[in-house]
Amino acid sequence: MHPIRKKRLTIVLFLLAGLSIAVALTTYALRQNINLFYDPTQISAGEAPMDVRIRAGGMVEAGTVVRDPDSLKVVFHVTDYNASVPVEYVGILPDLFAEGQGIVAMGRLNNEGRFVADQVLAKHDENYMPPEVADALEKASKNEGSSMPASAQPASY
Amino acid sequence: MYPELGQLALILSLLLAVLLSVVPLAGSLTGRDNLQAFARPLAAGMFVFVGLAFALLTHAFLTDDFSVAYVANNSNSMLPWYYKFSAVWGGHEGSLLLWILMLTGWTLAVAIFSRRLPSIMVSQVLSVLGMVSVGFMLFIVVTSNPFDRLLPNVPADGADLNPLLQDFGLIVHPPMLYMGYVGFAVAFAFAIAALINGRLDAAWARWSRPWTTVAWAFLSIGIALGSWWAYYELGWGGWWFWDPVENASLLPWLSGTALMHSLAVTEKRGVFKSWTVLLAIVTFALSLLGTFLVRSGVLTSVHAFASDPERGTFLLILLAITVLASLMLYAFRAPVVHVRSRYGSLSREIFLLLNNVLLVSATLLVAVGTLYPLVLDFFELGKISIGEPFFNLTFSPLAVATGLLLGVGTFSRWKKTDAGWLARKLLWPLAVSMLLTTAVMVGYGGFTPWAFLGVFTAVWVTMATFWDLWDKSSSRNGRIHGLKRQSRSYYGMVLGHLGLAITMAGATVVSNYGIERDVRMVPGDVAEVGDYQFVFVDIGERRGQNFTAQYGSFDVMLDGDRIAELHPEKRQYAVGMSVMTEADIDAGLFRDIFVAVGERISDDAWAIRLQYKPLIRWLWLGALFMAAGGFLAISDRRYRIRDRANEPLATSPPSKAPAQGTAGAVS
Repeated sequence: MHPIRKKRLTIVLFLLAGLSIAVALTTYALRQNINLFYDPTQISAGEAPMDVRIRAGGMVEAGTVVRDPDSLKVVFHVTDYNASVPVEYVGILPDLFAEGQGIVAMGRLNNEGRFVADQVLAKHDENYMPPEVADALEKASKNEGSSMPASAQPASY
Repeated sequence: MYPELGQLALILSLLLAVLLSVVPLAGSLTGRDNLQAFARPLAAGMFVFVGLAFALLTHAFLTDDFSVAYVANNSNSMLPWYYKFSAVWGGHEGSLLLWILMLTGWTLAVAIFSRRLPSIMVSQVLSVLGMVSVGFMLFIVVTSNPFDRLLPNVPADGADLNPLLQDFGLIVHPPMLYMGYVGFAVAFAFAIAALINGRLDAAWARWSRPWTTVAWAFLSIGIALGSWWAYYELGWGGWWFWDPVENASLLPWLSGTALMHSLAVTEKRGVFKSWTVLLAIVTFALSLLGTFLVRSGVLTSVHAFASDPERGTFLLILLAITVLASLMLYAFRAPVVHVRSRYGSLSREIFLLLNNVLLVSATLLVAVGTLYPLVLDFFELGKISIGEPFFNLTFSPLAVATGLLLGVGTFSRWKKTDAGWLARKLLWPLAVSMLLTTAVMVGYGGFTPWAFLGVFTAVWVTMATFWDLWDKSSSRNGRIHGLKRQSRSYYGMVLGHLGLAITMAGATVVSNYGIERDVRMVPGDVAEVGDYQFVFVDIGERRGQNFTAQYGSFDVMLDGDRIAELHPEKRQYAVGMSVMTEADIDAGLFRDIFVAVGERISDDAWAIRLQYKPLIRWLWLGALFMAAGGFLAISDRRYRIRDRANEPLATSPPSKAPAQGTAGAVS
């Protein structure tokens, strides 16, 4: 083979090898690390898988936040005003966590239907609603034909 | 009155940008010098008017002109003056104006520092930069006018700057980052100009190299500042979250790094030309993508402060036009270029090619992880998120591979390297690195495969870099003379590679040996983190200029001695009633001690986060090294001396020791 073509072939092969390694790694890692989002309605209907790391989100239901006085454990309910799911979390909650705020939690659903979170996210802006939560609320309110509580409306800009 | 002037200035600069994108280009294509002569004055005019607009917006902020909607939304009369100043780019419109100011600034810089370039090239480069300016100026004038007024109902006071952004980090982070993003526009413009006139040669590579390097250096600093800011200001001690906004800045950095290296090959050896051009296009496209991701509000992320679909669409169209037009041009023009140089399969060219493959793979990977959820969401195929484990799992091996290869490549020669010679060369540095890494492992007390690999890679890169410096600096006239004889761009490369090693060491050690504890504490409690005892002394109130805070006091003890007194705060801002956690950190070169106050659990009990972060400063120190390397490299003499017009095609620069190939500077 012509030396220049040979060189080109080597280059192409190198590129292909690198790319396929990257693609293989990516798909492998993707399959393990995709976290699906479920809203409270789906979770209480049993649509969410048990003991798989998922994301759940909704509004923190007023009057449900219970703290353990001797540890960092806290239990609260998230709701889309249609269904509500108990969430258990041990750790420090974000600054903007409050009753009536939209949050997204990462964690696993245990066999008692309780969501054990290892991470709770609230957005760093008091007007901001996580898009998933806004969507879930909208869906829930459509299904029920009920109107969304004013406080739950996604902030408009 | 002033705000209207600002808007007028923006519109005028848009008109100048339109002229700049047409007139000099037309002049260069028709060979009319008088049209080409417009390029520099137009570039200067554009900068002056954008600068004027920026100054007027700053003026509105400093004088609390809340009749301007943007000021009313992002400032407040109680804000200290320096935050009023940085609030100029604290929101969408202002940061876009900063973006454009940078772009016109870069354009002006090209106009000034291109005296030695052929006038055709200058006209075309400036025209392309003019086109990019037109896009962004249209964007700001049409969708995001920072000078919109709230008349006649002027608010009494502003809505305040997001407390998260009231910080030194925010004063400097966006300007640095944008300098980097926008700087790649210059490399892009050079690539497009080279495609237009078919001059893809070593001279072209030499012209675009310093610009690329400077942009890259700024971007490195910008990313490091962002990470540092997230570490101490977001409150909880993480330094990289693989958040889409962070990824958006990492993408052009990765491909920009690849571009720098491939430009080196193109300049030195006249090969990889088409690839280099493509990388220059891709890198700028990724900068645009980053701008789109951050500025359109498509993200589910802590950074998505605002959203407006109109803007997203505009940016997406801008991105699409840029990518499609340049790829079309590339498709028609790039094949003209021929490979004229030969190199063996174990040459520096090949090592740099592998470097490019790895960096591009890393870019793709981060792009997939960032965009996949957005694409799925867009097509309503479900809402997913891709977490940190994905990136850690896939990015780390690539980073390690890049580092290991870098060490080997440092010893390689252009054209051909003898395999046996290379193997003998590698033996000692390898052995020493192995030993040092083991020592580090023993020192930190704990072995994990990833920690070992990460530290080994860092040590290996350091060893190889110094070993090479030692080899190169041997001279009959003594070591000092040998060290002096090396070029600045070589030292730039040394600094850059050491910086990479430092960052890698920091990232590996802090991820593997850092300790983080969340505990419930009441005043008087003591908690242990590693060898350190944290004594919660008390917590009380403190008033700041625009907030009140719960002010904690902690003593940090080591071996019975008090080594630090830390005062983390929980701030409540008067305007908007938002709450902010201000961590307190005892910073050190080898470790940080970190305390943050969480929420109040009961009357006297608080949730407290305590952390021991070994080598975390190295993350950012490494970035500073890299940036310093970049700046040193561009001060090299050859960029000043050899930039002559009409240089013969694809000359390899005179190398000092052709037989050994000296390997010169690959910064």
